[in-house]
Amino acid sequence: MTAPSLFVFPHRHLLGIEGLSRPDIEGLLDLAEEAVEVSRQVEKKKSSLRGRTQINLFFENSTRTQASFELAGKRLGADVMNMSVANSSVKKGETLIDTAMTLNAMRPDIIIVRHHAAGAVHLLARKVDCSVVNAGDGAHEHPTQALLDALTIRRNKGRIEGLTVAICGDIAHSRVARSNIICLQQLGARVRLCAPPTLMPAGVEHYGVEVFTDMKRALEGADIVMMLRLQRERMNGSYVPSVQEYFHFYGLDREKLAYAKPDALVMHPGPMNRGVEIASDVADGAQSLIREQVEMGVAIRMAVLEALARRLPNG
Amino acid sequence: MTTTANRPVLLTNARLLDPVTGREQRGGVLVSEGVIRDFGSHLVAGSVTEAEEQDCSGALLVPGLVDLRAFIGEPGEEYRETLRSASHAAAAGGVTTVIAQPNTSPVIDDPAVVDFVLRRARDTSLVHIRVAAALTKGCRGQEMSEIGLLQAAGAVAVTDGDRPVTNAQVMRRALTYARVFDMPVIHHVEDPNLVGEGVMNEGEFATRLGLPGIPRAAETIMLERDMRLVQLTGGRYHAAMVSCRESLDVVRRAKQAGLPITAGVSINHLTLNEMDIGGYRTFLKLSPPLRGEEDRLAMVEAVAEGLIDVIVSDHNPQDVETKRLTFAECAPGAIGLETMLSAGLRLVEAGHISLPRLLEAMSEAPAKLVGLETGRMAKGAPADLIALDPDYPWVVEAAALKSRCKNTPFDEARLSGKVMMTMVAGRIVHSYR
Repeated sequence: MTAPSLFVFPHRHLLGIEGLSRPDIEGLLDLAEEAVEVSRQVEKKKSSLRGRTQINLFFENSTRTQASFELAGKRLGADVMNMSVANSSVKKGETLIDTAMTLNAMRPDIIIVRHHAAGAVHLLARKVDCSVVNAGDGAHEHPTQALLDALTIRRNKGRIEGLTVAICGDIAHSRVARSNIICLQQLGARVRLCAPPTLMPAGVEHYGVEVFTDMKRALEGADIVMMLRLQRERMNGSYVPSVQEYFHFYGLDREKLAYAKPDALVMHPGPMNRGVEIASDVADGAQSLIREQVEMGVAIRMAVLEALARRLPNG
Repeated sequence: MTTTANRPVLLTNARLLDPVTGREQRGGVLVSEGVIRDFGSHLVAGSVTEAEEQDCSGALLVPGLVDLRAFIGEPGEEYRETLRSASHAAAAGGVTTVIAQPNTSPVIDDPAVVDFVLRRARDTSLVHIRVAAALTKGCRGQEMSEIGLLQAAGAVAVTDGDRPVTNAQVMRRALTYARVFDMPVIHHVEDPNLVGEGVMNEGEFATRLGLPGIPRAAETIMLERDMRLVQLTGGRYHAAMVSCRESLDVVRRAKQAGLPITAGVSINHLTLNEMDIGGYRTFLKLSPPLRGEEDRLAMVEAVAEGLIDVIVSDHNPQDVETKRLTFAECAPGAIGLETMLSAGLRLVEAGHISLPRLLEAMSEAPAKLVGLETGRMAKGAPADLIALDPDYPWVVEAAALKSRCKNTPFDEARLSGKVMMTMVAGRIVHSYR
């Protein structure tokens, strides 16, 4: 095992990839490599967050992300409390600041927040004294997803610089896409976006990405194909006519994947809609990194928690 | 409280500016029984013996502002704003006539409610309050309100305030019917279906913030529809607020075709743009949304050339309950009565609009639109006047503003120009210092 990294993360919160420098991102990825090793041992415990309290505050249901943050915290020795307020009868927005103040009074060290509204995590971060991690806010950002994707790519391709990454699907409503665009570009990748025009956000070309509506062209020569989840409420006529039509033109199947490089790798942030944005044989095929992404998710969250904990008072 | 002072008042040592002619002269104004009796360079200290004198210390003396669009919470939402609190904000901002919007609770769609508001204003307001009554019952956009009776009760215009009338047939009939009474129909031009879930201007910046956007076409399509309906009906029409460049082409074409239309813009859309939203600042969530800088500049130019007729404050008090939420969930709107003129002076300072034109778009033009005599520097005109020091520097402090709600987009902004004195119907209702 290599010597533990002495990386110092220069921010109190992790609210988004925007604003992070390349060394910030690479430092987190390096730290996560250590976490991967820890997670693969029988003894998975570290003590860097011992005595610390971590609250997972989820205004939106997410079994996977919440479990990932919970495991990450526990492996670092933190006391982890899960608060799921997604089903609270109180109007969601009204409780946000009150909830933040209440939790803050319990003196947590780190709060992990997911919220259905863009900017909600920023709002909350301004009201508390502890560190805040954005676990997804509306269609804005989902920084740990982008970091775990970068880690997965780097481990499999040995680099990110110079790779061509095609992000396909519901870009308009995707925080994963936004965080990934910024993260991958920061690390030197070429980013392509592909979506039906109804699911492509306005002005996205200003990110310096290539924009496609024809998936085969978007995948031509790509090193990485990153699929996005299509939410059920967008499937039936509002943004795309039907699941069938969407899958036909924008679902990743063997035929479309054949346009990418032969060694192209397939990713998906999960949970997948098999037969909607991705065919089962591709999702489970040899080129798929989807399960590895989940493992890297825990590692990257350990890295983020550790990096933020190093900056905590008496840390 | 807006009763007339008995003794004549002589305002002296002022720079008199007539926004309509742009003529400026040193001198004074003689006021009695709520009316401008005389004005000019011959009125100096001691020239009218029986008058009470007020020295204006060399300030600009101009007609008070007329704000065509202010939301006041009375009746029904007094926690947001009362007629009294709105009038204090107005007086401090140099607004001597406020046109209250009908979106109250109950809606001002009934002659009795118009009567109530006017009586209540007479008892509690420092400035003139006039009413724009509902165009449709409940502002629901379905059935026409009693336009004639509302006018008889004192309403000066009909509008559904911040609600668009989606049904073209309803709009057509309202425009046709309102002609009988020569009532201006004021419309919030936004297609709610195109607005959809949108909360800010559609484009790169909304995409970066992960917020759903409102396309400019949401405004332009509604405006174009309305122009067709005006052509069909000949009704007098005013677009409450336009916000994007494309809308200006529509307005220009309609005016060139001689249609009886006018258009307004809010002070916010003249002085701010979508970038000011920054990190999800909810006080900058407006309807229509703040647009790009190129749109803002186009609006400013359109006001300067007179294509846009009036500037409004779009004063919309929202308290912490409706603003301390996430950007998508919070209510749109910003207060503006008290800062409208000072913010507008930024445009004068930048050389984009002349001072007379700015003042005209905030006084004479809106007054004429709703048939009011005020807003003019003329003998016999109502003595609604303000003394303005256009260079006086000040910093906006939200907490110090007079509105009940503090949702100003100009918090901590450095502004130049302050209203030193406000006179309503011959009575001084506000003095600074």
